[in-house]
Amino acid sequence: MHIAEGFLPPAHAIGWTIAATPFVVHGARAVVKEVRENPESTLLLGAAGAFTFVLSAIKLPSVTGSSSHPTGTGLGAVLFRPPVMALLGTVVLLFQALLLAHGGLTTLGANAFSMAVVGPWAGYGAYQLTRRLGGGLLGGVFAGMAIADLATYVTTALQLAWAHPDAESGFLGAAVKFLGVFAVTQVPLAIGEGLLGVLLFRVLTVNARPELERLGVLTPEPDDPREVSRDQVREVSRDQVREVSRARAPDEPPRSER
Amino acid sequence: MVTALLVLAVVALFALPLLIDGGSDYAGTDSQATELIEESDPGYEPWFSSVFSPGSAEVESGLFALQAALGGGVLGYVLGRLRGRRTAGKAAEEAGGS
Repeated sequence: MHIAEGFLPPAHAIGWTIAATPFVVHGARAVVKEVRENPESTLLLGAAGAFTFVLSAIKLPSVTGSSSHPTGTGLGAVLFRPPVMALLGTVVLLFQALLLAHGGLTTLGANAFSMAVVGPWAGYGAYQLTRRLGGGLLGGVFAGMAIADLATYVTTALQLAWAHPDAESGFLGAAVKFLGVFAVTQVPLAIGEGLLGVLLFRVLTVNARPELERLGVLTPEPDDPREVSRDQVREVSRDQVREVSRARAPDEPPRSER
Repeated sequence: MVTALLVLAVVALFALPLLIDGGSDYAGTDSQATELIEESDPGYEPWFSSVFSPGSAEVESGLFALQAALGGGVLGYVLGRLRGRRTAGKAAEEAGGS
């Protein structure tokens, strides 16, 4: 999904940079806020960044006879919500643009928009949808990671089609061509990335239970024998509180006016 | 058991294409897209080139390996710490309970 340096016309390069900048700035503030308010998140935040770092360095063969790399942005999006990945994904892209001649500075905006903005949000949406439909945590993680990967490549194909429309068939023709290169190759990779995410979450649910509960990914077990300290109660997210109160509401007698 | 199956599935997913048709050179999709642009839009001139590009393919693959190593190292450190924390907590609980 790396659009090579100089391969977007100046107007597109500037446009995508302007489009991506607010997301990255917002993401940077989200990271700072998370680390300041919940220092214990730093470890998992590091894991989310590291996961993207590893996966986007590895090119994997696909059944189409070409190779491509996964993005790994779904993990952070599921754990910390998508804004955080806008920064972490852009850091990865900057590293590759500066040291590896992979992607580029003029195309950083467009690449950040696809990998660090659209991918994480699409993945997060797929994760939420799957969980609402009863897919469970691991089902949601699989969908989230796979869709974050696939959506990134679809975005890149559309960006390229917009910048380089086909001489005869225009934008649509070019979109079909670029999607043929990017999206089809990416399907098995997206599945692989989803499976990797499931593997990772199986480890995290055992070893990082307190963090996952605080982030609202797991709901605390009601019959947990351990005494819940006051700090932990305060850390329960607002969403969970709302869920719990909703669940309990029918049992409670309707309260008369105060 | 489930973990082993998942690992196997991931490995199979990426080993199979190599086994099925060994003839392909597995060009990267990024460079395929670049070729596609040059083909369909021959008048287009890239107007900026990379600030730094690793001179040889060997150096480039080394830098990619460095990226993966950095990421893998941090990921392993975090997972190791989380696991260590849990086992230490369990040990402390047992020691306190007896």
